[in-house]
Amino acid sequence: MPSNSFLGVFAKSPLKPLEQHIKVVQKCSQGLLPFFTAVFAADWPSAAQCQYEISTLEKQADVLKRELRINLPGGIFMPVQRQDVLDLLTQQDKIANKAKDISGRILGRELLIPLPMQDSFMQYLKRCLDATKQAKKVIYELDDLLETGFRGRELRLVEDMINELDLIEDDTDSLQIHLRKDLLALEKDLNPVDVMFLYNIIEWVGELADISERVGSRLELMLAK
Amino acid sequence: MEIIQTYGFMLIVLAAGVGFLMAWGIGANDVANAMGTSVGSKALTIKQAIFIAMIFEFAGAYLAGGEVTSTIRKGIIESAYFIDSPELLVFGMISALFAAGIWLAFASYLGWPVSTTHSIVGAIVGFAAVGVNVDAVAWAKVGGIVGSWVITPAISGFIAYLIFQSAQKLIFDTDKPFENAKRYVPYYMAMAGFVMALVTIKKGLSHVGLELPEAQGYYIAIAIAIVVGLLGRVAINRLKFDPKADKHMHYANVEKVFAVLMVVTACCMAFAHGSNDVANAIGPLAAVVSIVSSGGEIAKQAALTWWILPLGGLGIVAGLALFGHRVIKTIGNGITHLTPSRGFAAELAAACTVVIASGTGLPISTTQTLVGAVLGVGMARGIAAINMNVVRNIVVSWVITLPAGAGLSIIFFFILKAVFVV
Repeated sequence: MPSNSFLGVFAKSPLKPLEQHIKVVQKCSQGLLPFFTAVFAADWPSAAQCQYEISTLEKQADVLKRELRINLPGGIFMPVQRQDVLDLLTQQDKIANKAKDISGRILGRELLIPLPMQDSFMQYLKRCLDATKQAKKVIYELDDLLETGFRGRELRLVEDMINELDLIEDDTDSLQIHLRKDLLALEKDLNPVDVMFLYNIIEWVGELADISERVGSRLELMLAK
Repeated sequence: MEIIQTYGFMLIVLAAGVGFLMAWGIGANDVANAMGTSVGSKALTIKQAIFIAMIFEFAGAYLAGGEVTSTIRKGIIESAYFIDSPELLVFGMISALFAAGIWLAFASYLGWPVSTTHSIVGAIVGFAAVGVNVDAVAWAKVGGIVGSWVITPAISGFIAYLIFQSAQKLIFDTDKPFENAKRYVPYYMAMAGFVMALVTIKKGLSHVGLELPEAQGYYIAIAIAIVVGLLGRVAINRLKFDPKADKHMHYANVEKVFAVLMVVTACCMAFAHGSNDVANAIGPLAAVVSIVSSGGEIAKQAALTWWILPLGGLGIVAGLALFGHRVIKTIGNGITHLTPSRGFAAELAAACTVVIASGTGLPISTTQTLVGAVLGVGMARGIAAINMNVVRNIVVSWVITLPAGAGLSIIFFFILKAVFVV
């Protein structure tokens, strides 16, 4: 009967699933906070527990990603380009992947963060997670964007939010530079392999903010049409 | 001639029975399309939708269904061809009803979105062209009708686009969307009331036996529009709003105002649907009745027998009462992302287009007009996702429906002829 009615014309909206996806992704990346707290204390069992939670959320995000892709076949007419939606989704998903990679790598090597670095590292991590939070906030505006037909006041509001996201990302860049300097000063007393991986981790944490910024710019591109 | 005199009463009963069943089918099935938008966007509950549909479908059928009925009754065929053998027209019209009814039942069973209007027009053209004579079809009129099937969805899409854009300009893209919604929404209600009232007054009331002078009609329509607008304002002011919901430009409260508007547009839609689609069921019946009751004479100017429009209206209401609940429920569950502000733009545009078409006597497809309107809102980037495959199916189904309706009605025509003439 449903196909007999004209209401079959209304396809499933991709906007709500996008919001759900980034919600899970953001929760997943937030898992890094308790994870690093445990790492700082060298409490590996609870770090493993945190890592498990992160990886569960990452899997959940993957499921949502697949669902959205399946529900978005060609022949759907949307106010935004289908390809843009898919690209946005890919970027969102990368945040969760990155969070999983970071926690997995640290846990695998039981990599300790040197004590003198811990405070600034936490500050850096929090700032990077601010970026993912902002990305989520931006994606959550999609509903209101649809209400206003993707233009006007609401569009400018979203653009401001994306600018804010860019600022946060800039911030994390300068924090990253400081953190690397700190590490450089400590380098000679540490295991060289650990140092290599620490640089790696610092970079990856920074990528959380980078990808979040890319989510924002993808959205911006999507709106520009 | 003898056939009509001998079997006249039986033929009328047969036609009335099939016509009633057809109206019943329209009520059960098609009304879901007309009301689904309102239910789907959660502006109305199913019960409210059924209640509104019953009243306004009947009103639309009775007050404004006359013009389209007369087109179906005598506009598609060239009556000159039937003067010598009026029984052929009687058989033909009954066959057309049978054909359209069976085709609709079949298509519903398979889940094809076919149009009642297309079935019945195809069926009438079919029996006249093949069963009688190719020239027995008023091809110029038929061409106009088919043309209107292409144009009306486009017009309704254009109107929907404009309405939606105006709502964006006046309400959504402003500092205070909520205040502006409260201010401007009653005007949209008034506009809806005006169009419905005007078409009814201009075209409908003469069938009921009321004749109004030109200017007076406009005054009354304007008065009705003002009343509707004022009632709307009162209804909106009585709503309870959640002041927290609108903190950061969230449009929850604005949509609540539009939900009130959607009650009005749902009434219009039901009215428009009744005014156009009732003819599909009772147009052929009207033809049969007028021939039989005049003893075989095909009178071009014969007035519509009084009981025909209400019969169609009752049929629709009966269908609604028995099955509408179930049908609307199945369709209402599916939509998630249709907010009242979009639904209203689509419904208002479609309702105006359909009711104006009804006023000019054009039998058009309500569903396709509504699809056109939805696409119009979609063009204005107002709808999250439109399934173009379904849109294509709807277009394809009307191409198939014409020959299918025609073929079936030809078969029934020859069967009836064989049964009665021999």
